[in-house]
Amino acid sequence: MARIAFERLAHGYPGSSAYALKPMDMVWENAGAYALLGPSGCGKTTLLNIVSGLLRPREGRVLFDGHDVTALPTERRNVAQVFQFPVVYDTMTVRENLAFPLRNRGVPAAQARMRVEHVAGLLGLAGMLDRRARNLGADDKQKISLGRGLVRDDVAAILFDEPLTVIDPHLKWELRSRLKELHRQVPVTMIYVTHDQTEALTFADRVVVMSEGEVVQVGTPEALFERPAHSFVGHFIGSPGMNFLPCAVEGDAALLPGGHRISLPRAYGPLTGKVELGIRPEFAALAQEGLPVTLRRIEDLGRRRIARVELQGVPFAATLPEGMVVPAEPRLALDPARLHVYADGRLVEGRG
Amino acid sequence: MTIRAEGLALSAGGEPVLHPVSLELAPGLPNVLLGPTGAGKTTLLRLLAGLDRPSEGRLFAEGQEVTGQPVRRRSVAMVYQQFINYPTLSVFENIASPLRVARLKRAEIEQRVREAARLMRLEPYLARRPLELSGGQQQRTAIARALVKRAALVLMDEPLANLDYKLREELREELPKLFAETGSTFVYATTEPAEALLLGGYVATLSEGRVTQFGRAGEVFRRPADLATARVFSDPPLNEAPARCEGGRLVLDSGPVLPAPVGGLAEGPCTIGIRAHQVSLETLPGAVPLPATVRVAEVTGSESYVHVTAGGRDWVVLAPGVRRPEPGQEVTLWLDPQRCLVFGVDGRLAAVAALAEAA
Amino acid sequence: MAKPVDNRAWFLVLPVVALVAFSALIPVMTVVNYSVQDSFGNNEFFWNGTGWFKELLDPSTDLGGRFLDALWRTLLFSGLCLLIEVPLGIGVALTLPRRGWGVAASLVLLALPLLIPWNVVGTIWQVFARRDIGLLGAAVNGLGIEYNYAQSPLAAWVTVVAMDVWHWTSLVVLLCYAGLRAIPDAYYQAAKVDGASSWAVFRAIQLPKMQRVLTIAILLRFMDSFMIYTEPFVVTGGGPGNATTFLSIDLVKIALGQFDLGKAAAMSIVYNLIVLTVCWIFFATTTRSQSEAVQ
Repeated sequence: MARIAFERLAHGYPGSSAYALKPMDMVWENAGAYALLGPSGCGKTTLLNIVSGLLRPREGRVLFDGHDVTALPTERRNVAQVFQFPVVYDTMTVRENLAFPLRNRGVPAAQARMRVEHVAGLLGLAGMLDRRARNLGADDKQKISLGRGLVRDDVAAILFDEPLTVIDPHLKWELRSRLKELHRQVPVTMIYVTHDQTEALTFADRVVVMSEGEVVQVGTPEALFERPAHSFVGHFIGSPGMNFLPCAVEGDAALLPGGHRISLPRAYGPLTGKVELGIRPEFAALAQEGLPVTLRRIEDLGRRRIARVELQGVPFAATLPEGMVVPAEPRLALDPARLHVYADGRLVEGRG
Repeated sequence: MTIRAEGLALSAGGEPVLHPVSLELAPGLPNVLLGPTGAGKTTLLRLLAGLDRPSEGRLFAEGQEVTGQPVRRRSVAMVYQQFINYPTLSVFENIASPLRVARLKRAEIEQRVREAARLMRLEPYLARRPLELSGGQQQRTAIARALVKRAALVLMDEPLANLDYKLREELREELPKLFAETGSTFVYATTEPAEALLLGGYVATLSEGRVTQFGRAGEVFRRPADLATARVFSDPPLNEAPARCEGGRLVLDSGPVLPAPVGGLAEGPCTIGIRAHQVSLETLPGAVPLPATVRVAEVTGSESYVHVTAGGRDWVVLAPGVRRPEPGQEVTLWLDPQRCLVFGVDGRLAAVAALAEAA
Repeated sequence: MAKPVDNRAWFLVLPVVALVAFSALIPVMTVVNYSVQDSFGNNEFFWNGTGWFKELLDPSTDLGGRFLDALWRTLLFSGLCLLIEVPLGIGVALTLPRRGWGVAASLVLLALPLLIPWNVVGTIWQVFARRDIGLLGAAVNGLGIEYNYAQSPLAAWVTVVAMDVWHWTSLVVLLCYAGLRAIPDAYYQAAKVDGASSWAVFRAIQLPKMQRVLTIAILLRFMDSFMIYTEPFVVTGGGPGNATTFLSIDLVKIALGQFDLGKAAAMSIVYNLIVLTVCWIFFATTTRSQSEAVQ
């Protein structure tokens, strides 16, 4: 178990002066559940590999509980890792797979046996301990990979590299909730890398959103949803993402395309750069009253419906309330409390 | 081109791989094959393409029988989960490759490639090599290559599965336009219920080698013909409670009693199915309480998935707002009979309540 | 992937069928024909039924004893070759570089012996191991070790086995290397995380993942070494005495040296059946253990 800290950490790949990971300072508390979220190439896997020791950073330090581990190889860091594609040792049984990390470290057989059975119980693998690992489904194989990490009681952190990629949707639910339960029972630092916002938000206490080698925002799922610090976060979190409308802000009012004026919950000083109004589709609904829009399409998601509309040529996603018949002349109602102002992509703090 | 399958089936070594399937697939709206891995989606796609010969049944294209006709002589294109492109050719040449094989005139090739590139928004990248593109652009190239042939039948086998979540969202939005604009018949295999709904066409649900239902996505979602369909078409998983129907009441095996949502239900054992968003943690008018124990809660930012154990079974409840009940905490679920699906002892849908059908 | 169904495709096989009939079936039938007859020259043949086969399989007869001796020698030779080449090949494959310019260089270097014709290999070693002018032979004798493959059976065995190892270990190396390269990086990373030693990595990952290529390597090396002829014939001619007279060499001695076509034909049929049986048993057991593991 460990508190993981990064000090002026940065990385670039050989032969390139560009940063794959821009300089950053960050602390991950002991026994926290963290998610690294971002699109391909945002640097999240690079950061994970630096934590596990598979990659040595070009600049800065990595500290585990205050100890500098920057130069330590993987096997001396006490981290465990679950990969995108399940890794099991083909010729071994489930039991042997789980015992493998203990055997490698010379743990006495009786003690290893107890640990293995304990972990198998936690993961729901108890009934299949003596089966060959290679014949199991992808979800059970991922449980084994995870179990090999949990079986060590000295493990500092468990790292997950997109572990649900090859898992079917209904099994994803089971595995994800089990993982979450497990984190409750075994307080170990868990770091989960994914491009899937649902996985990140549901798994983590704190989500680290990354884009182009940079940490854009760190926060709880609620904070990322309600107050995205950056338009990238607004767009990336949520499905569909946040709507952004170009506008001009004057004090506590915004002037929208087409000359519509709406009042804002807060007042703003003079703004420079590209000014946009951000609002989530969850807080914008088709209604009888409001801004006139052109309806493009209705998406029926089963449990809710999304109206794809255009406001003066700007595409916009809004909620179609339950039971509402699609109006002939649709209008858009925005929840004023949920309006945010962005200048050049960054959230602007208002007054009041 | 309309594709019609009549009792199409495949068995291997005496074991049925795909039970007889009868479907009629039309252009305009996508035809989605929805089911978990191993349900038979790829098998059905391969039969439709003519890559495999069915052991039973017949296949018609535009009324003409094409069973057993080699894929080469059919107008079929396929897009796979892996991004399959020629790595040494430019994007333009990748898209043009089927036309070069068909020995089309230079001007015609140029025009058709440009059109496909425009549809897939690849125009700025035509001179690049596939590996210089993002995953989404690579898969768009593969889709453009399938489109450029103007094949009558385009088969897509989980084409977005290997893409980043946000790219997937983007392409899901673009694809329906594509399906409507080109005259081809599209068949699209996926494991994700949300994708089947978003693409907004027809859905054939598959479970264990059987097509369990075929119809408009929203209708199949709201009126699943049987328990297998409801399970396949639920994400999060369908909450189920075994019960008995006794004199117009549904008695859950775990105790609670619900008034039957509709009259005329057959007496005897049945299964109540209710989706996560139809269960409530707040009392509703007419709802029946069901005691449960919290396992874990997942917060998505605006909503929470609360995993509970109710009547000895794992259930998922989708609650609005942020909720983090402690594991082990006792909570009450409120079951509104008007939001339940009732399945008979044979697994067939016996009743669908009024509100279960609503959005 | 594509599997269009058209039964006319079978016609495409016809030329191969014709070719195989001409090149294999007819010669085999000729051999079967000879094996049941006796000849005293002048192209006169007499029916001998299963006589040759009975003699061949009875160790108390001249022919039977001679056959059995040659069979044991051949099996010993194959066994030695496999015992040395397979572990050595795996070992070399494990030490080869995985990236950089070293990959191409070492692969080319390793492939060189495979490109040399059999009789040239024989000639090279015949000269190389000579005690008077051969680099190896002279050097070993210079160290005070008595080494003369023309006189000592042990020296002759060491020479033919060393020659086979030199010639064919590369094949095992290349096959194993291909198997190793196919292992995804995640496996090595997982093993690192699990704190596995190099030996544990070898046992848990590399060996299991090489199982298929090793099956092929062992099968190929067994068949080749069991049927070896040219190289030992060029170096030792089967001697000293009969010390390195393997089945194939004995067969040629009988057929061409003594012109006993009937005996030689019977012998080659039995020889052939042994190869087929051993390969079949080997193949069946390894594939069954693999398919069991998959279920």
